[in-house]
Parts: sequence; structure tokens; C-alpha cells
Amino acid sequence: MNVEHDLVESVVAGKRLPLARLLTLVENNAPEGLAALDQLFPHTGRAHLIGVTGSPGSGKSSLVNQIALALRNPPSGKAARSVAIVAVDPTSPFTGGAVLGDRVRMRDLAGDPGIYIRSMASRGALGGLARATTGVVQALDAAGFDVVLVETVGAGQAEVDIARLAHTTLVIEAPGMGDDIQAIKAGILEIADILVINKADHPGVDSTVRALRAMLELGHPTHLHNPVASGTPLWIPPVLQTIATQSEGIADLVEAIDRHTAYLHTTGAWQARDRSRLQTELEQLVQVELNNNWRASVPPEFIQETLAQVETRQISPYQAAKLLTHPLPELHPG
Amino acid sequence: MIERKIRVLIAKPGLDGHDRGAKVIARALRDAGMEVIYTGLRQTPEMIAEAALQEDVDAVGISILSGAHMVLVPRVLDLLRANGQEGVCVFVGGIIPENDVPSLINAGVAQVYGPGTPTTQVVEDITRAVLQQAQV
Ligand code: B12
Ligand SMILES: Nc1nc2c(ncn2[C@@H]2O[C@H](COP(=O)(O)OP(=O)(O)OP(=O)(O)O)[C@@H](O)[C@H]2O)c(=O)[nH]1
Ligand SMILES: [Mg+2]
Repeated sequence: MNVEHDLVESVVAGKRLPLARLLTLVENNAPEGLAALDQLFPHTGRAHLIGVTGSPGSGKSSLVNQIALALRNPPSGKAARSVAIVAVDPTSPFTGGAVLGDRVRMRDLAGDPGIYIRSMASRGALGGLARATTGVVQALDAAGFDVVLVETVGAGQAEVDIARLAHTTLVIEAPGMGDDIQAIKAGILEIADILVINKADHPGVDSTVRALRAMLELGHPTHLHNPVASGTPLWIPPVLQTIATQSEGIADLVEAIDRHTAYLHTTGAWQARDRSRLQTELEQLVQVELNNNWRASVPPEFIQETLAQVETRQISPYQAAKLLTHPLPELHPG
Repeated sequence: MIERKIRVLIAKPGLDGHDRGAKVIARALRDAGMEVIYTGLRQTPEMIAEAALQEDVDAVGISILSGAHMVLVPRVLDLLRANGQEGVCVFVGGIIPENDVPSLINAGVAQVYGPGTPTTQVVEDITRAVLQQAQV
């Protein structure tokens, strides 16, 4: 009897405690967790993965709360969708600890069995996600959630990682960015499928929205966004206004998300994104594997000697790298 | 490489608005390298147990200065057990009269702390309790 198998069955059956424990195992990079993910992988690929990124304090958690509420309580005639939320907050680089506070804004979601909220610390990873976020999202996908909302660390910079992971990326900003617009536009216009100006109750909304629209009309890069053949219609990211604390603009936001989903399906971009995400993941894993194999196969003294030769300028770093990797030395057995 | 971290939920149940102690403890645990999930004020025991489950925490810390501990704390313990989380260590701090401590401990609380508790003490106790629990 194997433990992973039971774990996998319980997770697919929608049991909460086994899911919670699996997420911990995945987060800790424990072998049982990774083995369970292997078995769960055929059950993935169904969930709509939505990334939520943007400057610190712009209202990401408050909006995630509102979006989840709207998906749980749709207008009559539409089915409610189950929602998993992964909220990433930064790990302190000094202590390795973290205070994860995104749940504070999500109290409206308590008591709903169609909601699952998990907080994650970034654990040293840059780019707004934790290293294990991909695996955690896969597990939630396999557990059958219709939508997985991923809130990144608020960094205010282009979070390319989330754009790679998600089918739909929301970039949340607050009004009054002023001159900052110039600084952020390059990054956010590339990753945003939907731009949200939250805190529309604050002054300066109109000028912020106008400025962003103008930049979008100047033409935005389409390669990351539209990995589909030319000739298919382009997706022009809409710029929306919301007041998360008053539930305003949420219906329009959810409608835009649904339009984007439909766009992904009709143009084949859904599959294209899936493929490119898996390709990135695979390449990263291969790199890690190769690196581990290399480390295990090269005697540390050989690395030290080679480094010494570089230090004394006998050979260049480039030559040293060739020396250490070509041909890849045989793996030590055992 | 396995990287395990102690995960702790810090909760403020009931209508009690005194949150300084909870925040002081949350920060101290973070500085000790733990991952602290802070849920904010006005949590019901049901919300606390639900968060403890979803977050798969090793410990739950409850901060109460309102006097409602004899009602709220046993309820949280019952719910944790009902969810299969009897292994989670529960700590309580705040204004807890001496006389109430034994019955809280009896109900399953690991330790009770009053005003002026050094945070180093709390860090030590939580770390020890969680590591012990991991061995059973
Ligand atoms: C500051 C304070 C306030 C501030 C709170 C500000 C805030 N945001 O926290 C304000 C002015 C708002 C306030 C209001 C009230 N307060 Co007041 N307040 C205090 C006071 C003076 C200090 C509390 C404090 O912050 N201490 C500093 C922190 C760091 O200490 P701590 O919370 O005790 O935490 C330590 C330990 O207890 C422990 N700990 C605490 N929690 C946890 C959790 C875990 C997991 C662990 C491991 C340890 C732990 O570790 C901490 C570090 O050592 C106390 C009196 C006192 N000396 O305690 C009264 C006190 C708590 N307040 C009291 C009262 C009655 C009130 C009011 C009802 C007054 C009124 N009639 O309006 C209101 C209620 C407000 C509300 N909504 O709940 C009473 C409570 C009486 C009781 N329980 O029987 C007290 C005891 C005063 C008294 N002697 O009457 N209060
Ligand atoms: N006035 C106003 N305040 C808002 C709005 N949305 C959120 N807030 C407030 O802004 C603060 C930050 O909101 P969060 O939802 O925590 O923002 P966040 O982007 O998740 O923050 P981080 O995760 O810390 O980066 C909170 O005090 C919210 O109540 C809004 O539309 N209008
Ligand atoms: Mg947040």
C-alpha cells in the first residue's frame, strides 16, 4: 500500500485535510509531495488560473476577496464556480520568517466550502511567487477548483513569473501614480491582460486611466501575450476602475475576465499558454537536474583547482567552464 | 532539499479589539524564522479552525484580553479536533485570570501567557512543542 496513492485519492475526492497536508509537503519540497504531484498531474489542466499582481497596498487582496465573492454568487442563470486562492507574501531575508496577512482582507469568504485560501511565504524566491507556487497551484487544480486566484507579492514591477503561470493576469494599480507611470508602463503593459485601477474613490483616477489607455493605444508588445499565429484577433487589455472596499466595478471586472477566457479559447491561446508554461517549467527542472548531476559528478577539489587557475589568470572563466563541463564526467555510481 | 518551516496561526477571536499583543507575538515568531498567518480581528472559532485547516498550521496562538476566553478557547479546541487537527498545539495569551488557567490547560491548551511575557519564552515554547509533536 502506498501513502501517496491514498493522498492522491483523497485530494481528487476533494477532501480538505489531505489537500492541506499535500500543499505543505509540496511547499517543503518533500519527496512524498513531489511523488503525489506526479500522480495528480493527469488531473490538472482544467482550472482557470488567474494571476493578481500590482504595487504593494494597491488592493490586490481586497479585490481577490471581491472576485471570489462574485464567482461564488453569480447572477441568476450562471453557475457558481469553486475558488482556490493562493496568496504569496514576502519572506524576511534576514530571519527567514514571514507574516502572511492577506487573509485579513478575505474574511467575507469564511465558512464557504467552495472556497479554499492558502497563504504562502516567498521563501527567498524573487519575482513575486514562491518556488513551490507552481506545484501548489497544480495540486489545487487537481483538487477540482474551477478557478485558482494567485496573488503575488506586491512588488510594483513586472512580474513575469505570474504572467507565465496564469491564463489571465490582472495588474492592479491605485490612482495617483503620476510620474511613476513612465517607470511601470513597460513592464505592466507586457504582462497585463486586464488593467485595474482600484481605489477609484481616490482623486486622480481619471488621469491615471487616461494615461494608461493612451499608452495601450500606442501599441503594446504582443509576443508574450498572444503566442498565436498572426491573423487572429488581438486582445487589447481593458482598463477598468474598481472600489474593492465598496464592491464597485466588480461585475465589470468579472465580465472582462470571462471575455478574456472566451478569447483564449476561441483563438487557441489557452493551449498556447499551457504549452509555453509547461515548456518553461520543464526547462527549469532540466536545468536544476543537470546542475545537481554536475555537482554530484565533479570532485570539489577539481572545481577549487580550476577556480584557482582562473584567479591567477591562467585561464579565463569561459575556458574554466568548458573544462568543468566538457565532456560531462561520468556520474559516480551510488 | 526539504525546507520545513514552523507555521503558526495568530488569531484574535470575539469582539476584542486589543491587538498589540497579537502583533508583538506575530512579529517575534517571524523574527524567529516562523511563518505566521495573521487573520485580523473579530474571528469566530469557526473561522479560526477553518483557517488552521486550510493553512495546515503546526500551532494556533489565540490572543484574548476581553475576558471571553472560557467560551471561545474550548470551542476552538473542539473544532480543531472535529477537523482531525488534534495534533495542532494551541497557545493562549492576554488577560487570563490565574483561576482559569488550569481548566484551559485541561481542555488541551499547551500554555497560557499573561502581560509582560518575554517573547523569547513564547518562541522557545512553541518551537519545543511543535518539534515534540512532529515526533509522535
Ligand atoms: C492598550 C489597551 C487598550 C487600547 C488597545 C489598543 C490596541 N489596538 O491594542 C485601547 C485604548 C483601544 C483599549 C480599549 C479597551 N480596553 Co483596554 N487595555 C489596554 C492595556 C492598558 C494594555 C494592553 C496592551 O496593549 N498591552 C501590551 C501588549 C504587548 O501586551 P498583551 O496584550 O498583554 O500581550 C502580551 C501577553 O499577554 C502575551 N500574549 C498576548 N496575546 C498572546 C497570544 C499568544 C499566542 C501568545 C503566545 C502570547 C500572547 O504576550 C504579549 C507579550 O508579552 C490593558 C491593561 C494591561 N495592562 O494589560 C487594558 C485592558 C486589556 N483593557 C481593558 C478594557 C476593559 C478595555 C475597554 C473595554 C475599555 C472600555 N470600557 O472602552 C476597551 C475595549 C476595546 C475593544 N474593542 O476591545 C481591560 C480588560 C479587562 C478584562 N479583560 O477583564 C484591561 C485589562 C484594563 C483593565 N485593567 O481593566 N485598551
Ligand atoms: N479607499 C479605498 N481603500 C481600499 C480599496 N481597496 C483596498 N483598500 C484598502 O487598501 C489597503 C490595502 O489593501 P489590500 O487589499 O491589503 O492591498 P494589497 O495590494 O493586497 O496589499 P499587499 O498584499 O500588502 O501588497 C487596505 O486598508 C484596504 O482596505 C478601495 O477601493 N478604496
Ligand atoms: Mg495582499
